[in-house]
Amino acid sequence: MLDSGTGWRTGGRPEVDRWRLYVRGTILGYKRSKSNQYPNTSLIQIEGVTTKEEVAWYAGKRMAYIYKDKVKKNSSHYRCIWGKVTRPHGNSGVIRAKFKSNLPPKSMGDRVRVFMYPSNI
Amino acid sequence: MAAKRKTPVKTRNPDLIRGVGKYSRSKMYHKRGLWAIKAKHGGVFPRHDPKPKAPVAPEKAPKFYPAEDVKKPLLNKRKPKPTKLRASITPGTVLILLAGRFMGKRVVFLKQLTSGLLLVTGPFKINGVPLRRLNQSYVIATSTKVDISGVNVEKFDDKYFAKEVEKKKKGEGEFFEAEKEDKKTLPDEKKEDQKAVDASLIKSIEGVVNLKAYLAARFSLKSGMKPHELVF
Repeated sequence: MLDSGTGWRTGGRPEVDRWRLYVRGTILGYKRSKSNQYPNTSLIQIEGVTTKEEVAWYAGKRMAYIYKDKVKKNSSHYRCIWGKVTRPHGNSGVIRAKFKSNLPPKSMGDRVRVFMYPSNI
Repeated sequence: MAAKRKTPVKTRNPDLIRGVGKYSRSKMYHKRGLWAIKAKHGGVFPRHDPKPKAPVAPEKAPKFYPAEDVKKPLLNKRKPKPTKLRASITPGTVLILLAGRFMGKRVVFLKQLTSGLLLVTGPFKINGVPLRRLNQSYVIATSTKVDISGVNVEKFDDKYFAKEVEKKKKGEGEFFEAEKEDKKTLPDEKKEDQKAVDASLIKSIEGVVNLKAYLAARFSLKSGMKPHELVF
């Protein structure tokens, strides 16, 4: 009946400061054919998602690519590009995503955060 | 002209589309009561002799003709409805917050406000979440329900949560004084409201095994957890 989140039953365990409410994803690259690439759409591999049917849960969820820079912007070294999951890519759980501005090529292989909102549960 | 009515008449023949009325000519004849007027005057329409016209000033040709016929904008009578509440969210449901200051906290749903936002409380003593408004999309509804019958949520609406408008002071001298001298302390009223709502809630929560610890703990994804496979 009660959902399985962090180990709330074990009273002794100290609460960790970090709370992961996003799923980890890897940026694979841009949507492309053999010799042309289309940087307005990126391909993302979400951890634990291996089939096209599983991607349906993630459709429309927002994602953020977070990176650091030397120059402080808004008093922070961290910067973010927001985007969302648009559709599955192929049969094996890879997804296509569109970001507010295209992801920079240095992001390939980097981590992206796939949030659980907008939620439909 | 006949005497003007004090209240304007609603159109008897509403438009289906612009230019097409709902009722036919014969129906309108009946609706307008022309048959009654005719009957009153012995089967004939009353005729008034035309009044002597006042001398009309010679009309000048207008200086400006619009290039195309000016169209009247269509009337918009749409009234927005409050957001449709998900079937899984009922009063007393425990919700998981997905974003914002209290992300990961598990919280009790009280009611949906007229703006469509959800009214929610920690309860404050258990997990530090006060009476708060949330958007449905940033929340996961679990299947856990709390008994909420003892709680009176009538008085809470969107106005209760409106920000107080600070009166702007214009003056150089005052600018250099500590602008935010008064810390925004929560008025006692709101603290009392929180306690009142939480009192009966906490009783029903303590009645269920483990529920208090559950609400106090936060939700977090762990290694190997796949949200698309989780059942909340």
